[in-house]
Amino acid sequence: MSTTPFIILSAILFTIGAVGVLTRRNALVVFMCVELMLNASNLALITFSRANGNLDGQIAAFFVMVVAAAEVVVGLAIIMTIFRTRRSASVDDASLLKY
Amino acid sequence: MVNLEALHELPPAVGSAPTDGAFSLLWLVIALPALGAAVLLLGGKRTDKWGHLLATAAVIGSFVISLILFFSLTGRDSGDRQVTQHLWNWFTTGSYSVNFDLLYDQLSAVFLLLITGVGSLIHVYSIGYMEHDVRRRRFFGYLNLFVAAMLVLILAADYVGVFLGWEGVGLASYLLIGFWQHKPSAAAAAKKAFVINRVGDIGLSLGTALIFITFGSTSFAVVSAGSHEASSGALTGIGLLLLLAACGKSAQFPLQSWLLDAMEGPTPVSALIHAATMVTAGVYLIVRSNFIFSLTEDARTAVIIIGCITLLMGAVIGCAKDDIKKALAGSTMSQIGYMVLAAGLGPAGYAFAIFHLLTHGFFKANMFLGAGSVMHGMNDDVNMRNYGALRKAMPITFATFGIGYLAILGVPPFAGFWSKDKIIETAFADNFLVGLCALVGAGVTAFYMTRLMLLTYFGEKRWEKDVHPHESPKVMTYPLIALAVLSAFGGLFTLNSWISDWLAPVVGEHGEHELGIPAIVMSLIILVVVALGVAVAVQLVGKREVPKVAPEKVSVFTRAARADLYGDAFNDEVIVKPGVAGIRGLAVFDRSVVDGGVEGLATALSAISGRFRLLQNGFVRSYALALLAGATIVIFALLAVNFG
Repeated sequence: MSTTPFIILSAILFTIGAVGVLTRRNALVVFMCVELMLNASNLALITFSRANGNLDGQIAAFFVMVVAAAEVVVGLAIIMTIFRTRRSASVDDASLLKY
Repeated sequence: MVNLEALHELPPAVGSAPTDGAFSLLWLVIALPALGAAVLLLGGKRTDKWGHLLATAAVIGSFVISLILFFSLTGRDSGDRQVTQHLWNWFTTGSYSVNFDLLYDQLSAVFLLLITGVGSLIHVYSIGYMEHDVRRRRFFGYLNLFVAAMLVLILAADYVGVFLGWEGVGLASYLLIGFWQHKPSAAAAAKKAFVINRVGDIGLSLGTALIFITFGSTSFAVVSAGSHEASSGALTGIGLLLLLAACGKSAQFPLQSWLLDAMEGPTPVSALIHAATMVTAGVYLIVRSNFIFSLTEDARTAVIIIGCITLLMGAVIGCAKDDIKKALAGSTMSQIGYMVLAAGLGPAGYAFAIFHLLTHGFFKANMFLGAGSVMHGMNDDVNMRNYGALRKAMPITFATFGIGYLAILGVPPFAGFWSKDKIIETAFADNFLVGLCALVGAGVTAFYMTRLMLLTYFGEKRWEKDVHPHESPKVMTYPLIALAVLSAFGGLFTLNSWISDWLAPVVGEHGEHELGIPAIVMSLIILVVVALGVAVAVQLVGKREVPKVAPEKVSVFTRAARADLYGDAFNDEVIVKPGVAGIRGLAVFDRSVVDGGVEGLATALSAISGRFRLLQNGFVRSYALALLAGATIVIFALLAVNFG
């Protein structure tokens, strides 16, 4: 079984996620794009794990999922709080922390 | 091959016989006054009541021990009279080790007696003189500190130890000149003395360093043993540096100007420190370093020239002063000039330098204390134009002062006759010009001392209102009497040329000097010159009305002498003003170049970082872009390294 299609898929997904993070203003969408990037990298990890015949990549993928789940909890809570105070979920509005 | 001829004149190397018997007490001579100073200065007000008695007892104790030591030393063979007491190892760095050793030999024995003896008398005198001073305890504490430091100076067996004492007496001198610190003039005089002494101290420290480089050690024993093999350049360098040190401490030209101002201190201080002991430390240093000076003709010539200049300068300044203490200070300068001159004459003169130092210590301390007694009776007035006819009001002071006067003039059989005549004779034997300087100096000395006597004790009463001169209390007159006796009979030390023989093992043997004429004729010539000086003074001062205010219309010479021969003006123009200008220039350089460079760098950095700061714009997406770009660059870099 060739690994190339999986890797290409992973790259496409990662690129979509990255472009989304850079271009979208809505915090929720940005957040989902981040998740997309994480899962794209999971896919690459698992692919290489299969190709190499050991479990290291799969273990790493589990770690990524756990961290992603924790991050969702914290991230959504922050987005919620910002939305409550500013009535907006735009990431460009939350730009007070600067020079 | 060692130069045998030079060797013949030189003393044997300083030996190191072990201390036993009475000599184990040597450290106590220093410890007693040091302890007195510590108790008085640290004990505070609790010691106010009895502090001055303790201080006096400490110095008298030292004197008694010095006497015991002296007689123990005379009991020994003349070849066995150098005792070294090892106290402790002071410090060791690499191959250089300095021990805290005390060296007791014929030279230190004489000094020990002079310092503790005259010191004791002056302590006793001060009990009366400082009776009403609220800071009397402190005064006595400082006096004890001075005595301890001076004893370290003369007992140390190492140039580093000498340096310790040297700085110690400088400190005590500073504290005591400025003792009446509420007077701005006293504070300024103390500062001046300290700063000018610093110049001399540089000479001593550099000299010590050069000695270490040349000999690998700074102890007298090693240096005296090795001085034959040292190069003449090094010896001359050491000699000149030590001469600079001596100039500072002994108020010799060109570092003389502090001594006249030092008279701001209490009179017992002027007597002890600025006449009898501390200012003679320079002479001691030269004579102690005879193993260096004997081998370097050039340095000795410099010593002689300095001595000649100073002895004339001091005498001329003494002629024009109306302040009794300043007139005596000029005289001190001049007399120390004689000693330095004698020391510069080499083995022929060392013993006479020390002898004159001794007799001068007696008669000058006597006259300073006499001046203090006069001031005591005249409400602390020092202007001789307000004196006059005091011989009846203060008979004891007058009589003792008179003996000092005859002694300094060199009238036989008083002490000064024996010592000063020897110096003038030796000077003539060495060089006619030098002898002439010394002879003229003797005449001028006679003039200014006679003037001082006439103004103070003879003539009309010119007293201020409300001044009732009276004789001083016994506690002050007894030391005067003791010193007067010493001034009268101090010449006995030279009987049978005792002092020369006594010092010979330290400073080297020297046969009779070649004088073209018999000594008696020389003495007569000197006496004629002295009589001439006295006659001129009687004619100019004694037979005329003395104006209350110093006349303004005077010759250019008098004006110069009144201004201390422009010593201060010279220092001001040549050293102070260029120094101040240089410092100002440095300050400008510091502000513009050094500070400008550092501050410019800081300004540039903060401007650059101001630009970079704008990158922190607060937009999350721009940070994400930066992150992505960075990650991409890293990945491409990795690829380039791995596959490029």
